[in-house]
Amino acid sequence: MSIDVKEYIASGTLELYVAGELSPEENLEVQHYAIQYPEIRKEIEEIEKTILEITKAASPDIPKDGFQKIRAEISNVIPFAPDRSVNKKVPLGNYLGWAASVILAIGLFWMYTENAKLKSEIELTNQEKQSIEDTLSDTQDRINIKENMLQQIRDKNVTVIALGGQTIAPTSYAKVYWNKEEQKVIIDAQGLPEPPTGFTYQVWSLKLDPLTPTSIGLLDEFRSQDSKLFALENTNESEAFGITLEPEGGSETPTLEQLYTLGAVGA
Amino acid sequence: MNLDNHIEKFQKKDIGAFETLYNMYAENICGAINVIVKDSERSQEICQDVFVKIWEKSDQYDPSKGRFFTWILNIARNAAIDEVRSKTYKNQKKNLPVHSLVDIFENSEDLNSKMDTIGLQTLLKGLKEKCILLIDLLYFKGYTQKEAAKELDTPVGTVKTRIRSCISKIRKNMA
Repeated sequence: MSIDVKEYIASGTLELYVAGELSPEENLEVQHYAIQYPEIRKEIEEIEKTILEITKAASPDIPKDGFQKIRAEISNVIPFAPDRSVNKKVPLGNYLGWAASVILAIGLFWMYTENAKLKSEIELTNQEKQSIEDTLSDTQDRINIKENMLQQIRDKNVTVIALGGQTIAPTSYAKVYWNKEEQKVIIDAQGLPEPPTGFTYQVWSLKLDPLTPTSIGLLDEFRSQDSKLFALENTNESEAFGITLEPEGGSETPTLEQLYTLGAVGA
Repeated sequence: MNLDNHIEKFQKKDIGAFETLYNMYAENICGAINVIVKDSERSQEICQDVFVKIWEKSDQYDPSKGRFFTWILNIARNAAIDEVRSKTYKNQKKNLPVHSLVDIFENSEDLNSKMDTIGLQTLLKGLKEKCILLIDLLYFKGYTQKEAAKELDTPVGTVKTRIRSCISKIRKNMA
């Protein structure tokens, strides 16, 4: 597998990698490239260095014995001074006292670890709950948008125009739901292929005699819009509709060689 | 010895290797916490807890999921965000403040946080507020691309290119 290293670096993927915001698959991909291309590895280190600089500047003073405190907290060993007077007769009660305190210490440690385990389980469950709630609210939003669109399509004033595939893309198709009263159209673009990067679909209202195209809008964010339904305004007395592929941002006039679909009103 | 060796030993509970890693990253981790908590004493305490947690979780670090620093940064920001959430909830029932890094950058006289604000201002010099905010969201708050796009009211596709240009500007400031 070979890639354009410069382009890959310029994409911003490595910045997100350092932030920890890539998917597991993307993480693996970055690591794979970092091994294959030293330039990528170096770039990752440079980006990390930037974040290290910012976080360092934001640091409070750190106590000199900082690590000693941590070491004390993480050492499981309970310091135990050996009894020098082994030979002396020690009353049985003393041994019992020691034994009891050792058992207590073990008990306390056991409770501490159990508690820590439970805490991390709760944390995990909370994270899962949050992510499920997020998904749910996302889904709800999407359903609302779709229901709204469906309502509009079902309106009795709506005319449906089927757009058929043209020379450049014979298998593609689209539908226009036109509400003349409200001067709105909904484009169902499910039958169009994903536009290449840097390009976007543009929808045109056409008058046939003489042929006059008027742009009514772009199908922006085509990739991320999974319903592929787009609402646009149309104040024209359209006789036909067409969809062309144009450079991002759209064009003044349609590029007819890139006409994907076309259909006449009432045809 | 290189970083990977230290990490490997640390995962096998080698306390010496852990101390080396602590010395490498303590300032950064405490700094990341301080950006969010903005109270140097409290940040130090949380920072210590975070390192204890890092030690306890040492076997959970998986190099195939990202850089070691990314992993500990994530533990630190979760702890810092938890702190701010519980505190603001108790006091004012406010949401998590969004602009921590921007605030610090603009209010150099923030005494509680005791940080190197001049150093920070040099690093962030000439950056647009949206840039600083994006860095704050992605690196300090752990926002996903999608969440950051929503917060900044910009298309998801622009987040990647924008963070690239923001980080590049800081790199120029460092040079």
